[in-house]
Amino acid sequence: MLMGLYNYWIVVVLMMVGFYIVIAHGNLIKKIVGLSIFQTSVFIFYISMAKVEGGTAPILAEGIRQYSNPLPHVLILTAIVVGIATTALGLALAVRIKEAYGSIEEEDIQKKDNLDC
Amino acid sequence: MKDLFAVIMLSGIYGLLSASFFVSMDAVDVAFTEASVGAGISTLLMLVAITMTGRTENPSRHKPLLALAVVIVTGSLLIYGTLDMPYFGSAQAPIHQHVAPRYINDSMQEVGVPNIVTSVLASYRAFDTFGEVVVIFTAGMGVLALLSAVRRPRDVAEIDSFNKSMYEEHLILRIVAKMLIPFILLFALYVQFHGDYGPGGGFQAGVIFAAAIILYAMLFGMNTARRVINQSFIQLFAAIGVLLYGSVGVISLLNGKNFLDYSILSADPIAGQHLGILLIELGVGFTVASVMVIIFFNFAGRRNNQQNKENNDSC
Amino acid sequence: MNISSVLLLLIGSFLCISGGVGILRFPDFYTRMHAVGVTETLATAMILIGLMLQNPDGLVVVKLMIILLMTLFISPTASHALASAAVHNNLMPELDNKEDNKKVKSSNP
Repeated sequence: MLMGLYNYWIVVVLMMVGFYIVIAHGNLIKKIVGLSIFQTSVFIFYISMAKVEGGTAPILAEGIRQYSNPLPHVLILTAIVVGIATTALGLALAVRIKEAYGSIEEEDIQKKDNLDC
Repeated sequence: MKDLFAVIMLSGIYGLLSASFFVSMDAVDVAFTEASVGAGISTLLMLVAITMTGRTENPSRHKPLLALAVVIVTGSLLIYGTLDMPYFGSAQAPIHQHVAPRYINDSMQEVGVPNIVTSVLASYRAFDTFGEVVVIFTAGMGVLALLSAVRRPRDVAEIDSFNKSMYEEHLILRIVAKMLIPFILLFALYVQFHGDYGPGGGFQAGVIFAAAIILYAMLFGMNTARRVINQSFIQLFAAIGVLLYGSVGVISLLNGKNFLDYSILSADPIAGQHLGILLIELGVGFTVASVMVIIFFNFAGRRNNQQNKENNDSC
Repeated sequence: MNISSVLLLLIGSFLCISGGVGILRFPDFYTRMHAVGVTETLATAMILIGLMLQNPDGLVVVKLMIILLMTLFISPTASHALASAAVHNNLMPELDNKEDNKKVKSSNP
């Protein structure tokens, strides 16, 4: 009965894996990897909602009645490319932090900040 | 795992796997994008980033138990929330009742493009896509602002000697890449202009095009690549892409229609739609390709500068 | 036609699986890579030819031919790049004989 919801559970598990990496690790690069896993879980959530049983890819062709919903595909298509652009921005920030503080570990950065005050 | 290199490689594999999830859930366009972005460009950018930030993670001192508790509580709340959601694959789900039937049934008469994803992306929701393109452009500018360093042009002799040492080391890779890069560029153009009829479009084509240029830059050295493709030229192209997109919208505005309503571009509304989609996909392709190349060039240029500095210090 | 295509697909999948077993079973990096690099090229060729026989006319065959050509170029190159990167980082193959192992290490500091 409840097994029809398994796609959401996969999404929730992936999302929590990403969330755990973000809050439990101090390394900024690892946090960015965690964020991108979180992001992908949201993509999978949208795409799995768009799937229709017995449907096919939304490219019109003769003799096909049932298509999957094209709207989430559009949203996620653009979101992926925007995601990589913002990830690159995050990586750039991490590189600058490394240059300024000599470390990308959260704890070291906070220690240096406290020393400066 | 403390080795960030392994972490990044695994995340690349995860990107490829999620692309195959998307294929099995009928989202071919999305899978295409995820395969080129998630498994290709993002892995590459992270690798370049860790060459500058160090490869290992320090062992963390705080206890992970609190984080684990937060994660478990949030996760179980979310799972409780899914109990009311429609079942996977059910055609009666609310998401399929609202606008999707119109896109599926009427887009052929209204836009005349077989790939519904392209017609929604570039025509029905073109304003949304315009916003996304601007976000990508802004992110590119952000990376440029953060990482662009004063480039010291190195001597030609130095570049040649560098090339010679690279040449012996990566002979096979270079020859194969030289054969493949034209085909990659050709494939990018095919994806760009075939987006109306099959999976593809400006976003994917831009990423593939950028991948070809990045491959060239990796194998033949940054300086050679900079001589082929000037950085200010790419920056210009990123801006041209956004401008092209916006000006198509303004033209339809000036002709008395809504912003980004392409029916006015030609006497026949369907032909106008085709022309409009072609133009804005071109704009998207320009912007995405050049922003990706800008991001990579800035990361790599920063890295070269750092290495030069270290060499000078050690001398 | 159909039987031969199914046969080719089965051989291809068998080769893929044997490559996967090779990754798990072989002791060190070079032998593992050898297991995959060798089987994979033939396996993809088999699977693609099998798919061509499934749908023998039209554009599909041409596209599959292009994919086949590309994989034939790319997969050996990728294996080469991997192996040379490993050599570059001074990763030595595990040798049977302990003394040989020492010799190789001392000759390549």
